[in-house]
Amino acid sequence: MPAISLAKAPQPAATNPAQIRNFCIIAHIDHGKSTLADRMLGITEVVDARNMRAQYLDRMDIERERGITIKSQAVRLPWRSGIDGQEYILNMIDTPGHVDFTYEVSRSLAACEGAVLLVDCAQGIEAQTLANLYLAMENNLTIIPVLNKIDLPNAQPDKFAAELARLIGCKPEDCLRVSGKTGDGVAELLDQIVAQIPAPIGDASAPARALIFDSVYDSYRGVVTYIRVIDGRINPREQIQMFSTGVRHEALEVGVISPEPVPSKGLGVGEVGYLITGVKDVRQSRVGDTITNYQNPTKTPLAGYKDPKPMVFSGLFPLDGADFPLLRDALDKLQLNDAALVYEPESSAALGFGFRCGFLGLLHMEIVRERLERESGISLISTAPNVVYRVTLEDGKEFVVTNPSEFPDGKINNVKEPIVKCTILAPSEYIGTIMELCQERRGTMQGMDYISEDRVEIRYTLPLAEIVFDFFDQLKSRTKGYASLDYEELGDEEGNLVKVDILLQGEAVDAFSAIVHRDKAYSYGVMMTGKLRELIPRQQFEVPIQAAIGSRIIARESIRAIRKDVLAKCYGGDISRKRKLLEKQKEGKKRMKMVGRVEVPQEAFVAALATDADIEKIKAARKQD
Amino acid sequence: MLISKRLKPRVSKTDVLSFYVHIPYCIKRCGYCDFNTYTPNELLDGASLEIVSNDYIDAVLLELEAAPRDQVPTIFFGGGTPSLLPAKDLGRVISAIKARNGLTADCEITLEANPDSVTEEKLAGYLAAGFNRISFGMQSAQPHVLAVLDRTHNPANVKRAVDMARAAGFNSVSVDLIYGTPGESLDDWRTTVTEALSLDIDHISAYALIVETGTKLAAQIKRGDLTMPIDDLMADMYLLVDQMCNEAGLNWYELSNWSKPGHECQHNIAYWKSANWWGLGPGAHSHVDKKRFWNVKHPTAYKQKLFANESPVAESEQLTDEQLRDEAIMLAIRMRTGLALTSLSKQGQDNLQAYISTGHVVISNSQIQLTAQGRLIADRLVREALG
Repeated sequence: MPAISLAKAPQPAATNPAQIRNFCIIAHIDHGKSTLADRMLGITEVVDARNMRAQYLDRMDIERERGITIKSQAVRLPWRSGIDGQEYILNMIDTPGHVDFTYEVSRSLAACEGAVLLVDCAQGIEAQTLANLYLAMENNLTIIPVLNKIDLPNAQPDKFAAELARLIGCKPEDCLRVSGKTGDGVAELLDQIVAQIPAPIGDASAPARALIFDSVYDSYRGVVTYIRVIDGRINPREQIQMFSTGVRHEALEVGVISPEPVPSKGLGVGEVGYLITGVKDVRQSRVGDTITNYQNPTKTPLAGYKDPKPMVFSGLFPLDGADFPLLRDALDKLQLNDAALVYEPESSAALGFGFRCGFLGLLHMEIVRERLERESGISLISTAPNVVYRVTLEDGKEFVVTNPSEFPDGKINNVKEPIVKCTILAPSEYIGTIMELCQERRGTMQGMDYISEDRVEIRYTLPLAEIVFDFFDQLKSRTKGYASLDYEELGDEEGNLVKVDILLQGEAVDAFSAIVHRDKAYSYGVMMTGKLRELIPRQQFEVPIQAAIGSRIIARESIRAIRKDVLAKCYGGDISRKRKLLEKQKEGKKRMKMVGRVEVPQEAFVAALATDADIEKIKAARKQD
Repeated sequence: MLISKRLKPRVSKTDVLSFYVHIPYCIKRCGYCDFNTYTPNELLDGASLEIVSNDYIDAVLLELEAAPRDQVPTIFFGGGTPSLLPAKDLGRVISAIKARNGLTADCEITLEANPDSVTEEKLAGYLAAGFNRISFGMQSAQPHVLAVLDRTHNPANVKRAVDMARAAGFNSVSVDLIYGTPGESLDDWRTTVTEALSLDIDHISAYALIVETGTKLAAQIKRGDLTMPIDDLMADMYLLVDQMCNEAGLNWYELSNWSKPGHECQHNIAYWKSANWWGLGPGAHSHVDKKRFWNVKHPTAYKQKLFANESPVAESEQLTDEQLRDEAIMLAIRMRTGLALTSLSKQGQDNLQAYISTGHVVISNSQIQLTAQGRLIADRLVREALG
């Protein structure tokens, strides 16, 4: 048996680096990474069959439900090679699989010497995987191409082997073929990891240097920091230091994950494990930072550390204003585990008190919102997401605008917005559809390549603002789900941008203000005023709804005054019924937001700010009630 | 008797007690109606009215034993179709109430009647039994509107019935109208109101049609066979009936009621003034000293309970002070007398002040009264008044 029992395997802090292989798995959502990881846990016997459960390494409900990994994790797997019969320690570093977490991915990759490129051989490579593959190649990782799901009836391993070979410059027959589901080829894959991926190299006698590739808040232990030791050793009870902040901590516990945490006597060169210092906030243990020994510190930190930078902003408001303190507590708690989340209190005339939050991207935003609602039980309204604008006035004053309602009023010289480089992979039959969508969204085509005979890679530059609303939903629905998308920042560019306000009875509703391209201002105005006319119930007076750029009205609608709101009949038996209805309406009135004298039901805000996909979700939820 | 022990009050706190008597029978169920009423055939396969109503009055008289013994200012027989039952049956109830509680000198006793089911003899009998007010279900003068409502009567019968009632000696005669029936135009409605006002009547009730779930009408609308008129037309219909009644000398005194002076329905006013009343019969509601309770709905269950010496009350609620206040506002705002400004919170007063300039509300002698436009949004104004 190639598995080795844990007790007999090489021990942490006493493993020769030559016996260590550090690798990650690069794969798209649904391509079977978690199933393959489960299979590796089983075949190396670190988890016995009795304790096995699906997606063993995904810790959060959200991760399991959505089939994505939000945070990375590292598992130590002992393995006796079927090729040379020697004992090895394989450290599998799980990487998050989404564009929003590119920086985290790059740090996970930096902790490895090799990567398994896992592709579903019924679907082929996706844009996100391609982006991560390029990242791995930039990090000089050894790539092992693997086709998964060879057991599927519609598998096309030959076609996609050719595609992978073309992308990474290997031969199609170099692609391994496995099935995470049946276990076929998984032992061979482990052997190839040993054979192909180089052992880590480091200086055991140099001052300690360890890379933080993830940190997770645990309510019992405080922050658990995942590290890869490059040089020297990290030992428990020693004083360690974070290079970027200079803050000193005591290493209370050091250990490895296999796959539950096991304390060890330390971690040596090339080893991967965890560190607990008792800090309570992941921002004190930042991904990408270098850990060193306080007594004997290194002078040269590991390269590549960056502060996470929010790209997308949105206001989050509790549906019930009384929940504001709960929302604040929930955000504070979430931030313990999410160094990228930023927020500050915001007050909206229409939506009351809430927070303006910054996110790495759309998925990050969705996940944060979902976790807030799920873990604290608060219902939230989120305003339409927007990007960061840099506005320069004619007098030279500059503003950074993360909230459309803060767009300056003065004479504007120019407005800059972030631009991204977008890569879309799709079957070639959708080229026209995709180009049409990108053109609608102010895209500029940069190029197109066939990655196989019927699949293309299309490259566009696009304003990020055009992507943050419903670009991804649109792309998916217009290509029947076949297209995949990745993007990266390219910097800021000047755009012909204006702020459109929406006025109810002459009063601007801050939640509906948007910064849009001048050519789209009119259609935004028509769309929003039309939507609101449908959503806002008739009032006792006529309510004009207008869209305006500054003082210029560009679209208008009106809600006619209500004529009748009365139950004509009210005799003995009707009284209890009518009073109960009234009590319900009184409750409902609390959920009304007042804009001037106009009563706007919260549902109207939610629906007006929602995308079509959101509205489907809301409808589906209502059906369940 | 057990029930009289359970529901103790001998005399209520207000010294007077109105009675509602429910007659839960109809020959045929109308398409829009969701009232607690049954055809004989629904109650017992192939049965006649006499068979199903046989011991009904006995049950009602048993229930009466539980009521407080205050003097009675009004009795209202509603349904269903009370005029289906012979005068001697209904008269038993009036006599029992009179013997037990005593009637006030000007006690108003109303009969709801179907214009098709009255004859000179029957009307004379009702009068002799003690009735002095009669209300006919006219609904509409337009045959196509009556057809949609599923009403069986011939519009010409209404005039005949009103004249007979007058001839028999009824002091007050009223008709009920319905507006906003699918397919009814403003002109149709004008014809109906004109027709009603040409009758020798003292009182009109006019209700907007409400589509109740579970009715045949609701099903027809759901299927798309019928379409309800838009609210704006309903509003115009209301303004029209209000204007025509007022011009004809029938003044509005409650949102849906107009009368000649002195012919206001005292029984209904008792409801709107949150007075005490007792509802006899299945599904009937009562209100006695801040407590509301109502009987089991089905006539068979109702009879069984009473004949087994059990209380027929299905549910009850003790009203909190806030609920009492809300109800008082909700009901008083519907009446011409209106609401005392001082009965509202500061917030409620301020809210309603804003409706003066819009023409929905007037304030005179510190009473808040609704204009016709205001009555059309009375439910909204109640929410405002509650602050």
